[in-house]
Amino acid sequence: MSLDFSIVWQQFPQILSAFWNTIWIWIVATILAILLGFVVAALRRYGPLWLNLLLRLYVEVIRGTPFLIQLFLLYFGGPFIGLSLEPIPAGLLGMTVYGSAYFSEIFRAGFAAIPPGHIEAAECVGLSRGQIVRRILVPEMTMLVLPQIVNMAIILMKETAILSIITVPELTLVVGAIGSQQYAFVEAMTMLALFYWALVELSGWLGGLAEKKLSKFRFAH
Amino acid sequence: MSTRLFELMLWAAGKTVLLSAISIAIGLAIGLLVCAAKLSPKKLLSIPATVYVSLFRGVPLLVQLLLIYNLLPALGILVPSEVAAIAGLALCTAAYQAENLRGGFNSVPRGLIEAADMVGMSPWQQLRRIRAPIAFRLTLPALVNEMILILKASSLISVVGVIELTRMAQNLSASTFRPLLFYSVAGGIYLAICWLVAGGGSLAERLMRTGSSR
Repeated sequence: MSLDFSIVWQQFPQILSAFWNTIWIWIVATILAILLGFVVAALRRYGPLWLNLLLRLYVEVIRGTPFLIQLFLLYFGGPFIGLSLEPIPAGLLGMTVYGSAYFSEIFRAGFAAIPPGHIEAAECVGLSRGQIVRRILVPEMTMLVLPQIVNMAIILMKETAILSIITVPELTLVVGAIGSQQYAFVEAMTMLALFYWALVELSGWLGGLAEKKLSKFRFAH
Repeated sequence: MSTRLFELMLWAAGKTVLLSAISIAIGLAIGLLVCAAKLSPKKLLSIPATVYVSLFRGVPLLVQLLLIYNLLPALGILVPSEVAAIAGLALCTAAYQAENLRGGFNSVPRGLIEAADMVGMSPWQQLRRIRAPIAFRLTLPALVNEMILILKASSLISVVGVIELTRMAQNLSASTFRPLLFYSVAGGIYLAICWLVAGGGSLAERLMRTGSSR
């Protein structure tokens, strides 16, 4: 067996645009999933009981089924209920829904870990509800959940590869296609694997840096 | 959905469970070796183990599966796609399980090991009677979690042509034009299996807890 990696580099512009797709889909889906996850967690904690049970079912179903099945339901099943989406919007929506269930569980634990004394103290000194959320809840929770948020964001980065199966033109699909056309699939996949590895290590490193920067906001127990 | 088609789905679900179970078991064995290497004071062992864990946790499983599936024939190793799929799943889960086990072994209270030293246990006896049982008990929740992750991740082996639950749902929805039905049924079966595994896990934890209090 001989490996020739130069074949893959001849298609550089194509790979660059696929890389861009992977990155922006990952970032947009992660931000939307964090926002949706926060809303789900907040509604479960402060909303009525029936809503809590309904959202719990949502979280359990999403977390108990494979991402690929969810994507297939959305992409191939969607048109049967009037939801015809192109691959990229379908991928974005699927990843947002999938991620939101996991993020909501992280926020749920975060809500539960904030010492009630802090809220009571804030009420005692006369802070309004909005002030309590802005000055106590959000900053304390950010510190509590940041490591898990970073971890989940990195998991989602790897999950973007699955979007290739519903033909989203991201790295795995494009590099795989180039590899097949050039009869250099193993070379293409090896480079792809090393690339994802570097990306994941880099994200982990940046996440660790952010945690260190924000650690001055950590409260004492 | 006719009974015949539902039986096909159940058969495929059985295959998903079987392939996942084999992968988890092989992954546990490899994970133990990687964990032992990573905990070793010898750099020659610990550095490759660290690289292994980082690599297999840093590359998407789908890419690992596609690579292994195509690399084996390129190296002249011709195996059925099931074997390639199990190899991919096992190598990946081994990295995660090695980290779980490392956490377990590192959490064994030092005092217990010192006490075992005092009563004159050999290192092997300490491992067999003190460190391994405690580490196993500590890592059981993580192991159950990993089983559920692999059950769900096994849907990706449909891509390398193994007929399991996801691939069966794909085939049946293509031939009947009813993707909503078959993917929902597949999702329901995955959900049921995951709940069963989670329930079995908490049962095992409770049984072991009563065992330890006696």
